[in-house]
Amino acid sequence: MAMNIKEIETLIKKAFPDATIDIQDLAGDGNHYSATIISSQFSGKSKIEQHKMVYNSLKGKMGNELHALAIKTKEKNGSTS
Amino acid sequence: MDQQVKELIEKEINNNKICLFMKGTPDAPQCGFSMAVANILKILNVEFKGINVLEDQNLREGIKKFSEWPTIPQLYINREFIGGCDIVKEMYENGELKEVLKKIL
Repeated sequence: MAMNIKEIETLIKKAFPDATIDIQDLAGDGNHYSATIISSQFSGKSKIEQHKMVYNSLKGKMGNELHALAIKTKEKNGSTS
Repeated sequence: MDQQVKELIEKEINNNKICLFMKGTPDAPQCGFSMAVANILKILNVEFKGINVLEDQNLREGIKKFSEWPTIPQLYINREFIGGCDIVKEMYENGELKEVLKKIL
């Protein structure tokens, strides 16, 4: 049921080709991750929209195979809003 | 989504300025993320209504559809969806949350 870092990164990278992505396995259990994603696609979007874009890139896995993913989004060349 | 669940959610967010859909209760949270958001609201010393989605499976799934957001907790302030744990934490740390709350209290 769990996902590994590579799978998560591949899905996110597909939706955000220009992104710098840093994923950490927080508990070492393959279930609790954090992801920092820096992409130009976030510019002009609200925080909620940015996080929704990330959830969408995970294609319904969030809340199912993927139990916990803390998300931090940043605009490339922009402020961290 | 189920009309009854939709009405229940709307009733809660209309009747409570600060509404937290969470796992467990503010005093006995059942998940670390829900606890984090409840604790932030406690630190800011604001009254809020905690709604335990674990008591109602329809509500647990319904709120995800309602907000188009796949995870719990979910914070509503003044009928507006603010976000989940990450966003609330970030807004707390940069002072935005305090500003939002100031406007409604």
